Amino acid sequence: MFYREAGQFKTSYAADQQIFPITQDRVGVLLILAFAFLAVPVLFNEYWLKAILIPFLIFSLAALGLNILTGYAGQLSLGSAAFMAVGAFASYNFMLRIDGMPILLAFALGGLSAALVGIAFGLPSLRIKGFYLAVATLAAQFFIVWALTKFGWFSNYSSSGVISAQEMEILGYKFVTPEAKYLLVLAIVVLLALAAKNMVRSSVGRAWMAVRDMDVAAEVIGIRIMHTKLLAFAVSSFYCGVAGALYAYAYIGTVEPEGFNLDLSFKILFMIIIGGVGSIVGAFLGAAFIVLLPIALDVMVQEWLSGILSPSISSNLQLIVFGGLIIFFLIVEPHGLARLWQIGKEKLRLWPFPH
Amino acid sequence: MSGRKIGDVILDLQNISLRFGGVKALTNISFDVREHEIRAIIGPNGAGKSSMLNVINGVYHPQEGRINFHGEERRRMEPHMAAKQGISRTFQNIALFKGMSVLDNVMTGRITKMKANFLEQAIRIGRAGREEIEHRKKVEEVIDFLEIQHIRKTPVGRLPYGLQKRVELARALAAEPTMLLLDEPMAGMNVEEKQDMCRFILDVNDQFGTTIVLIEHDMGVVMDISDRVVVLDYGKKIGDGTPDEVRNNQEVISAYLGVAH
Repeated sequence: MFYREAGQFKTSYAADQQIFPITQDRVGVLLILAFAFLAVPVLFNEYWLKAILIPFLIFSLAALGLNILTGYAGQLSLGSAAFMAVGAFASYNFMLRIDGMPILLAFALGGLSAALVGIAFGLPSLRIKGFYLAVATLAAQFFIVWALTKFGWFSNYSSSGVISAQEMEILGYKFVTPEAKYLLVLAIVVLLALAAKNMVRSSVGRAWMAVRDMDVAAEVIGIRIMHTKLLAFAVSSFYCGVAGALYAYAYIGTVEPEGFNLDLSFKILFMIIIGGVGSIVGAFLGAAFIVLLPIALDVMVQEWLSGILSPSISSNLQLIVFGGLIIFFLIVEPHGLARLWQIGKEKLRLWPFPH
Repeated sequence: MSGRKIGDVILDLQNISLRFGGVKALTNISFDVREHEIRAIIGPNGAGKSSMLNVINGVYHPQEGRINFHGEERRRMEPHMAAKQGISRTFQNIALFKGMSVLDNVMTGRITKMKANFLEQAIRIGRAGREEIEHRKKVEEVIDFLEIQHIRKTPVGRLPYGLQKRVELARALAAEPTMLLLDEPMAGMNVEEKQDMCRFILDVNDQFGTTIVLIEHDMGVVMDISDRVVVLDYGKKIGDGTPDEVRNNQEVISAYLGVAH
């Protein structure tokens, strides 16, 4: 009833090509952004910000990165966590070894380092596809974690390879409180998400999707396959690298290479599968699902069943329900929550009428 | 028909031979294509017609022979370079980008003409935004021309076969090619769809002066719309000339058109 574009006529291609062509969407997104920037730091307590919202945003960014590579460019990767590790350790070393290095530049350089590593490990994609490529990216996962552990230089020769992230300071302001860290992460994620959306709706994004859908035709049209695939690896790894740096600096504080293991890569892959492959909003929905649901289940089990079941059973029950829900969602909508969201919006356009 | 004038030879193929291992796909084939003409390649299944197109736009590299395009001797080249030189094509089995809308598919056809790099596009200031709009205008012209306005925003996977073929033609035309290669543009279509497609091909040739090389099995169509026909059989050229000449060529009749026993 309220969500329909009747009467909104586009009179220019610019108006038709906006990110959100429908007025209600634009208003909705602005309201969400205003809420996230202004209301959330005031309304939510430290636990929410530190343990839920900051990791949600960071994983959204990593999922966004993987979605560019896997969802848009069609190159399956199991190395996302390794690229996060490169971002985290590179940012740490830039901060450590260069005096007066601004933190934002360190994040960007961390992302660029990850991009370079991503290009190197993306080279096999020129020859191999699909599952075989996924196995090749596994090599990145194992090799990078091994190298970061093996060579002490990366962790400044700390005994167990653990690095402690330096303080974040921008123009004299120290980001110490959870509110400040949250706002910093939010600002970075929003800007990078906007950049990602702009890329996928431009010719570079169309080139990625063309390579994904039909690489022979893409080449005949004039797309340089090698260039396009490696660019996808670079951009995707940049996003993962920045996410890794934020993971170290704004979330955990002290990280070790083993923290970026295959489990984390799979977690990010599940986020995009559940959220929606080839969708920007899907990365956020998937991250929310994977980050928030276990916590929500935990709270529910604690509230309702703590008197009835023993703690060991209730914690296993949580895993069982979580697994069950993933399977349920994949059966109901294999294209992910983003598709479900889209269907919901289409239904809403007609509601309350049947046609 | 029109004021189009068939010009000089723009594509000259000399003694082309193409082998895959021991299989001879094309043997010693020579023919030329003149500017603004509609040139058909016909022949039975497996005669090497699609291989011939693949040689023209650089997907296959013949072991022997010379290719001269626009007066330039062609060295080994990759398909994306052929696209830059103004050769576009459609495929025998539809090769659209299934996950994308019609509009995005056609926009992809203009990719070689877009100059902004990915960073400009990510920030979308300056020429990146302008370019999207400029090229959208061109794309809309093609969409109007092929009468597919109503399905602009539909994902191509949801379209019926005949329309998908038309979208593929739109994608090829969006590049504003000087030479258009059509691999069985009318395969699997009903009579009406074939008529539409014929009309579009003739209009493209007439209005834009695009040179067209097409492979087609429907003899009625081929004889009606093409200026000259080359006939292949088992990778060899067995006939070449106007539709009338080809129709009366004894070798062609026995190999392809059928002969009374």
